[in-house]
Amino acid sequence: MSNPYIPFASKILDVKKHTQKEYTFRMEYHGEVKPGQFFEVSVPKFGEAPISVSGIGDGYVELTIRRVGRVTNEVFENYVGDSLLMRGPYGNGFDISIFDHGETLVVAGGTGVSPVRGVIEALAASPAAKDTHVIVGFRSPADMLFRSDLEEWKDKLDLVLTVDGAPEGYAGNIGLVTKYIPQIQLRDVSAAKAIVVGPPPMMRFSIMGFLDMGFREENIWVSNERKMCCGLGKCGHCRIGDKYVCLDGPVFNYTESKNLID
Amino acid sequence: MGFVFSRDGFAEVIRQLGSRYRIYAPVLKKGEGRFTDTDVVRYDYVKNFDEIELEKRSDYSFKEILLPVSGTLFYFTEDKVTEPEMDDREILVFVRSCDLHAVKRFDQIYLHNGQERDWFYERVRDRLKFVLIGCRESFDDCFCVDMHTNESTDGYVFSVEEADGEIYSDLKEEGLRELFSGNSVREEDKAPAHVETNKIFVSVPDEVPVSICKDKVWDEYDSRCIGCGRCTLVCPTCTCFTMEDIYYSDNGKVGERRRVHASCMIDGYSNVAGGGEYRKKHGERMRFKVLHKISDFKKKFGYQMCVGCGRCDMVCPEYISFSECINKVDRAIRSAEDGKEAQA
Repeated sequence: MSNPYIPFASKILDVKKHTQKEYTFRMEYHGEVKPGQFFEVSVPKFGEAPISVSGIGDGYVELTIRRVGRVTNEVFENYVGDSLLMRGPYGNGFDISIFDHGETLVVAGGTGVSPVRGVIEALAASPAAKDTHVIVGFRSPADMLFRSDLEEWKDKLDLVLTVDGAPEGYAGNIGLVTKYIPQIQLRDVSAAKAIVVGPPPMMRFSIMGFLDMGFREENIWVSNERKMCCGLGKCGHCRIGDKYVCLDGPVFNYTESKNLID
Repeated sequence: MGFVFSRDGFAEVIRQLGSRYRIYAPVLKKGEGRFTDTDVVRYDYVKNFDEIELEKRSDYSFKEILLPVSGTLFYFTEDKVTEPEMDDREILVFVRSCDLHAVKRFDQIYLHNGQERDWFYERVRDRLKFVLIGCRESFDDCFCVDMHTNESTDGYVFSVEEADGEIYSDLKEEGLRELFSGNSVREEDKAPAHVETNKIFVSVPDEVPVSICKDKVWDEYDSRCIGCGRCTLVCPTCTCFTMEDIYYSDNGKVGERRRVHASCMIDGYSNVAGGGEYRKKHGERMRFKVLHKISDFKKKFGYQMCVGCGRCDMVCPEYISFSECINKVDRAIRSAEDGKEAQA
């Protein structure tokens, strides 16, 4: 009988700094993993935190970590050559085969970009790239994550990058993601698929925007963030109704998630 | 097969079982209640039959054996992670029928929810055997009959109840026959006592519509409930935990990861890093808890979570009644349905 709570040590292969408080850690990992899944990352003596996979490659996964809590603050004290303890991956993740044909609109805000980054990359590399629309929002220009990815995506798919607010003289888009949703040009919205990940109010209003445009409920997917201690369906923290976000999610079809009342 | 004992005869059985098993049973703790000069019945390890409280219901449930209030999961020493050793002996746990039904709920979550079985839970669970305490009368706030947990016909090694100064026991384990017959005064088959009616009746709704989440039935708890979480800490079917790490102040390289009781009624339960929090209002927490007990668990696993032990009603410092809340929810659903029909 193996103990699923015992973490393994994973070497930090690279650290990319996006902002003062958001870094991407490239961690050694060999095994199956899907975008939208998460690992429980721990620093002994400080605890564990669920972190979504923001990138997947041969022999590694990337975790984009925001310095906001007790555990994540401590993670920032670790650098290349050190290791972190991890267990996972947990959760269902995104099924790319649903999105790699036809039109797709991906809306992501802030660190919500992490769980969909793998989806966007897969779509950008597929024939569906020309039918892929991405709206990414950050609080301000200084809060932008994945700048080099954004540059690359711009050339491959229809990308709208926006910030909630910016200092005077900023040349890019300003406004909430919901401002840009109705402007996306789709050939057949009734068959198009949408993904939204971000803070709860952003997800709520984005979904209202999708429905107003004519997206079907069953073509909308969300990824939920919740407190998770175990990732195994035991601790209870992530339960909503009869669903466990760690087991049944974090990715939910809207027809399911609309009935999940916190 | 049934046996009847004198108190002394049964005490001898317990004494002999004590050399093979550890015995975990409700114990009346004099003067250890919440207020001055009050008692409390809590579970503890016992050596003698006299220590076991057979008459009163325990204020806290047996669950602390499966989910300790605070339990070490493993030790961190330098780069090693080590699980703590544990006592190899089997444990006999004295429970009433409602609690025996609650064990099934614990197993459901810890062994059968998701792909993985909980390693820490299973290694304790594998060592547990249960002794059924017969209930000859219902306590004031029990509603086990309506929750269908008032009777247990299996899942125990033997039963125990006291009547007219004698101890009646229904023995299920053949291996103990000699010990039992040797110390009994006579053989007499008698099913363990169970109650057929309670003083409290609940009407659990068959279907709970999503719309009930927005009903005003929850509003009163915003102010009445103080979010202390006692109801969940005494509940034999509340299984939630939080993990936390500590390190030893004398040696910062050494520490441990612990599992502690958690409660959806207490602040911090749903907090995510960065300040996000769900269900800030106590009425929302009450709704989350109550609907889990009487609907959400059933939707997933096919049977009700609440076993109707009534402990939550007794422990609440604000005199909130869980059973009354179930009935309020049921009435709210019915009146919403009636309203719909009237409109149609």
